[in-house]
Amino acid sequence: MVAKFDLNDDSVVVIIGTGAGGGVLANELAQKGVKVVALEAGGRYLPEDYINDEWESFTQLAWLDARTTSGTWRVAKDFSGLPAWIVKAVGGTTTHWAGASLRFQEHEWKALSTYGAVEGASLLDWPIDAAEMAPWYEMAETKLGVTRTGDRAGLPGNNNFKVFEKGALALGYKEVHTGRMAINSADYDGRMACQQTGFCFQGCKWGAKWSAAYTDIPAGEATGNLEVRERSHAARILHDDSGKVTGVEYFDKDGNLQFQAARIVCVAGNTFESPRLLLNSASSMFPNGLANSSDQVGRNYMRHTTGSVYAIFDKPVRMWRGTTMAGIIQDEARHDPSRGFVGGYELETLSLGLPFMAAFLNPGGWGRGFTTALDHYENMAGMWIVGEDMPQATNRVTLSEATDQFGLKVANVHFDDHPNDVAMRNHAYKQGVAIYEAVGATRAFPTPPYPSTHNLGTNRMSERPEDGVCNKWGQTHDIANLFISDGSQFTTGAAENPTLTIVALAIRQADHIAREMAAGNI
Amino acid sequence: MTQHPKGPALERRGLTRRQLLSRSVAAGASLVVGAGFVASGTAAWALETTAIKPESMATLIQMARDIYPHDQVADQFYAIAVKGYDTAEAAPNVEAGIAELNAAAVAAGHADYISIGWEEDRVAVLRAIETGVFFQTIRSGLVTGLYNQKDVWPIFGYQGESFSQGGYIERGFDDIDWL
Ligand SMILES: Cc1cc2nc3c(=O)[nH]c(=O)nc-3n(C[C@H](O)[C@H](O)[C@H](O)COP(=O)(O)OP(=O)(O)OC[C@H]3O[C@@H](n4cnc5c(N)ncnc54)[C@H](O)[C@@H]3O)c2cc1C
Ligand code: SF4
Repeated sequence: MVAKFDLNDDSVVVIIGTGAGGGVLANELAQKGVKVVALEAGGRYLPEDYINDEWESFTQLAWLDARTTSGTWRVAKDFSGLPAWIVKAVGGTTTHWAGASLRFQEHEWKALSTYGAVEGASLLDWPIDAAEMAPWYEMAETKLGVTRTGDRAGLPGNNNFKVFEKGALALGYKEVHTGRMAINSADYDGRMACQQTGFCFQGCKWGAKWSAAYTDIPAGEATGNLEVRERSHAARILHDDSGKVTGVEYFDKDGNLQFQAARIVCVAGNTFESPRLLLNSASSMFPNGLANSSDQVGRNYMRHTTGSVYAIFDKPVRMWRGTTMAGIIQDEARHDPSRGFVGGYELETLSLGLPFMAAFLNPGGWGRGFTTALDHYENMAGMWIVGEDMPQATNRVTLSEATDQFGLKVANVHFDDHPNDVAMRNHAYKQGVAIYEAVGATRAFPTPPYPSTHNLGTNRMSERPEDGVCNKWGQTHDIANLFISDGSQFTTGAAENPTLTIVALAIRQADHIAREMAAGNI
Repeated sequence: MTQHPKGPALERRGLTRRQLLSRSVAAGASLVVGAGFVASGTAAWALETTAIKPESMATLIQMARDIYPHDQVADQFYAIAVKGYDTAEAAPNVEAGIAELNAAAVAAGHADYISIGWEEDRVAVLRAIETGVFFQTIRSGLVTGLYNQKDVWPIFGYQGESFSQGGYIERGFDDIDWL
């Protein structure tokens, strides 16, 4: 029984975006009996709709609305209109994601205290810590069915992993395994085990990988408390004279402007769209945008220090077979400034199909230097670097002069690497190449970062209102009934893939919101 | 974005191999050009052109190969990758681009681009125009135009779609035997 709420019903919680943050929050609130309207800009696609074809799938699922870029990052040159590779669909980027699900390390909640001040970086400690998050992490791991947590077994290693593992062990790395993955190693939660299809990035057609699209969203809808309005693009959040938000203006699937009243609004449009929405909601009372008295909305954009290393061997690897990212080396994730940088990084297996490899191996590259690499595609192995990058006040989302199909100003994404990011990436490139050389690689390719898949920090959590946008519950410092519910609330990025933490925070936030509503506080 | 190799413009025309070759002149190493078409030197395939000159199409095909040279990939696939430029809309820019390319070849002491015998020398000409719009358009178009042809994938060993075959769980996801 899917709910249908009236546009004037101001008792509902309106959630904008249905990805890792918004999709989980919607379900968790609905399970607690809270009425929820979730606005989702994209359409609804389920496993039977997903396509085992990189470009076709990209066209089906990716966020392709206009964005602009600036800064010295290479993405601004090679993919100027596509700063991020993320999804516009019910379930958000959890359709595309690879499923790597890691908890933050204890010290990463306290980056400023642990690393000390870093010149040019706007580091802060999170207003929460590992002990506080432990029970929420456990709930998130159970929800996602994360392998190697609880009593869930690890996934089997594929060819790409075996090469990676052998090289890692040869270098003396100890923490090497097939990852903690939100991918079933055995039937779990009504979903089947991974069939090693190798199209995790294109949406899992077996449903073996957790995605909000076919877990939390339908579970929430089944309560009768959740209405998901797809192809509904939030344009502006409105407020009253007291400064409380009153609801959300959005363009419905026919392009008509609607207004949904709300008791509480939760923003979960991912790290570009969430600050864009707050900035586009500027009013005479809040001329710099909503929840922006600190001037922190849009700042401190983080994307993880990434990069890839691919290598060619004299014999076939066939890395595309099997789970895309089930392989990890964690030894470098520690904080050890003797390496020349603060924070740490994870190394994870990664494979791209031939079409994406051609697009991303060396964007803009041509000639035999490029093509001889692809000639040996079958003999290639690949890994991805994901490390903590430094928040910087100048790395930020602002409103561009360009407008989208609705006439709304689009997000401009500015990014420059911090010297710490560069030092970390170079270290990781060197280690990645060494790993493959230890197994006999004949040629290695340190490959530049792709358009961002991890997007964090533009509405960050802070203890003090002047340092960030929201408090430890994701509630904005300025407006009590406005919440940030996605990756944009990250204070710092840590070395780990972010989604498990986004989900844990969403479960925790749902608990808080329901309690505060019951107490009549919001 | 997918381009399938058996598109309508690429077909063996209603001519015998000998007839076809008798109506054409050699263009570059492996292509022949006739009135309104480009064909492979063996006449295994022919590509009819409507809006752009067949010589220009032959040059474009050679240029495509020189940008992304894969010796194991037949000209046919490069032809498929660029045949989309044979439209009334694209023709003026393509012809202007080919003229620019030929001018660069002449400046380097050659008769024109396609008659340059060595790839190295053609690449040197391409380097001279690589920052220009024409080169960048052709190059970026090839990234999907060439590598997203499903018939090209097996040449590189890539197996494509796997769901309908039950994934790789029983088809070698962990079959590496040389480690
Ligand atoms: C290829 C790929 C692989 C990845 N692999 C991993 C991994 O292995 N592990 C990991 O932890 N993370 C991974 N990620 C990252 C992960 O997917 C994201 O961190 C996570 O989904 C972000 O959650 P979110 O809630 O912030 O945003 P999203 O999940 O992106 O959801 C945001 C939603 O909001 C909607 N929206 C935006 N603006 C509006 C608007 N104005 N009105 C209405 N709706 C709107 C969007 O359409 C979207 O559906 C991967 C990402 C990609 C692209
Ligand atoms: S490899 Fe496993 S998780 Fe990935 S798409 Fe295939 S079945 Fe799903």
